[in-house]
Amino acid sequence: MSILVYAETQDGKYKKAAFEAISYAKSIAEQSGDTVTAVAINATDSSDVLYKYGANKVLKVNSDTFNNFTPETYAKALAELKDGDTIVLPATLDASTFAPLLALKTDATLVTNLIAAPTNVAPFTAERRAFSGKGIETVEVTEGAKVITVLQNAFGVKENPVDGTEEETNVSVSESDSKLNVVKVEQASTGKIDLNEAEVVVSAGRGLKGPENWGMVEELADLLGAATACSKPVSDVGWRPHEEHVGQTGKAIAPNLYIAIGISGAIQHLAGVNSSKTIVVINSDAEAPFFKAADYGIVGDAFEVVPKLIEEVKKFKGA
Amino acid sequence: MKILVCISSVPDTTARINFTSDGKEFDKNGVQFVINPHDEFCLTRAVQLQETQGATVTVVTVGDASVEPVMRKALAIGANDAIRVDGDARDAVGVATQIAKVAKEGAYDIILTGRESIDYNGGEVPGFVAGMLDYAFVNGCINLEVEGNTVTAVRDIDGGHQTVSANFPVVIAGQNGLVPEADLRIPNMRGIMSARTKPLNVVPAETAGSKLNVVGYVKPEERGSVTMIDKDNVGELVRLLHEEAKVI
Repeated sequence: MSILVYAETQDGKYKKAAFEAISYAKSIAEQSGDTVTAVAINATDSSDVLYKYGANKVLKVNSDTFNNFTPETYAKALAELKDGDTIVLPATLDASTFAPLLALKTDATLVTNLIAAPTNVAPFTAERRAFSGKGIETVEVTEGAKVITVLQNAFGVKENPVDGTEEETNVSVSESDSKLNVVKVEQASTGKIDLNEAEVVVSAGRGLKGPENWGMVEELADLLGAATACSKPVSDVGWRPHEEHVGQTGKAIAPNLYIAIGISGAIQHLAGVNSSKTIVVINSDAEAPFFKAADYGIVGDAFEVVPKLIEEVKKFKGA
Repeated sequence: MKILVCISSVPDTTARINFTSDGKEFDKNGVQFVINPHDEFCLTRAVQLQETQGATVTVVTVGDASVEPVMRKALAIGANDAIRVDGDARDAVGVATQIAKVAKEGAYDIILTGRESIDYNGGEVPGFVAGMLDYAFVNGCINLEVEGNTVTAVRDIDGGHQTVSANFPVVIAGQNGLVPEADLRIPNMRGIMSARTKPLNVVPAETAGSKLNVVGYVKPEERGSVTMIDKDNVGELVRLLHEEAKVI
């Protein structure tokens, strides 16, 4: 039997989320003895990269039907391709959307936002994120099929090279399977690092005093190969795009390194970043609550500290 | 137009999160419960549609009597009536089963729910309701317009937005952006007074099987205390990030 994995793509290229999902499926397969089959919808990347993470087989589905994402069509496609009793999806926006529909179609139990390898596969037992990062919930699927979503930047990617094979396959899905009519899709400029996938994030808030001061934030982010993020207040007043807002009602991220500049650290903000591995806080207020939630902190004026940090990073990279 | 807004009663964001000594449940002692933040955006949008297009707004919550104060607050914000399904709110399939029944029996045109609750972070109920009823489903909705029996909705996607349209009935999972934060409604005196007499009906729950057990809860490891670095020694931060934290 094989574990089916949704290897999500963006503009035909595999996302890091796809590698995370395959890595997670592999962690189950190692205990259960199953093989791993990845499903690639309209992918243009070579399948080699999927074999690197442990996909024994890649099923390539190429069809205009899937050019626009709708929950019903994607759920139906994966339901048709299912082989064993386990489907693994990355917990991306799209996959999280069709996951419940897929679970209903395959009479499976849905488990979302898993953060670590299962401690047992029979019954399937694993930890998931809860209480906005303030709690870890261990759940168990007593029996039967399951659909699993894997939190991004949690379990991570693990190379496990195999000699995989690919095959083209069709599914009997058409656009009319969806009740949605896709009117338009607007994509922000490509080339920006995906905030959900970034390993390093540079974030700033009201301490920057105005949108015109963000140049140094973007420069630091470029140097570190980082994505940029922001606090809720600056997103609300339009200094930064709302896609950058991290926090309780924005995105929840878990990069390896989160650098917060001029952000006080309100609980609602922490709820979006508390799973970051390392947190650096730069703030002129020594009493800022964020320092209590940080690993490293500098009390100082952002307009003095950040340019110095940029210089030091340049030196570090040049060395 | 009939709108059903699904409300969760959740611990306030600033609440200390603790679990019972056997680790099996969330410890509610001393915790303040509020309307789930994502649901607040949905409720305000629904009340706006009530004012501009004459929609009726019903709120539904699955839970025991302890969730009623939060439901009265939703009535105070402007909902017309409320339904409490007297059942266990822990399992997503169970909750969705109850909501689907209420939605179908009441023939609601739009079912609005927050995209996830901030306590259990499942994000599953909206999709389950849509799937169980075979209704159109828009997840992560940040803009909703209604004309006649058609909705036009914008949803968040990775790196952009997708605009979709669908005919009633639809399930919309909403979030911040559905209305601007500054427009979120709060109860005023008149709202609070009228909420006392608006209908809040209690209905029994359907049985729903679940194959998902909660084994237990723990708190994540606490971060160690912060290492402060002098602002004149920024190079030290870079060294520590490289050598100690190993993140650059």
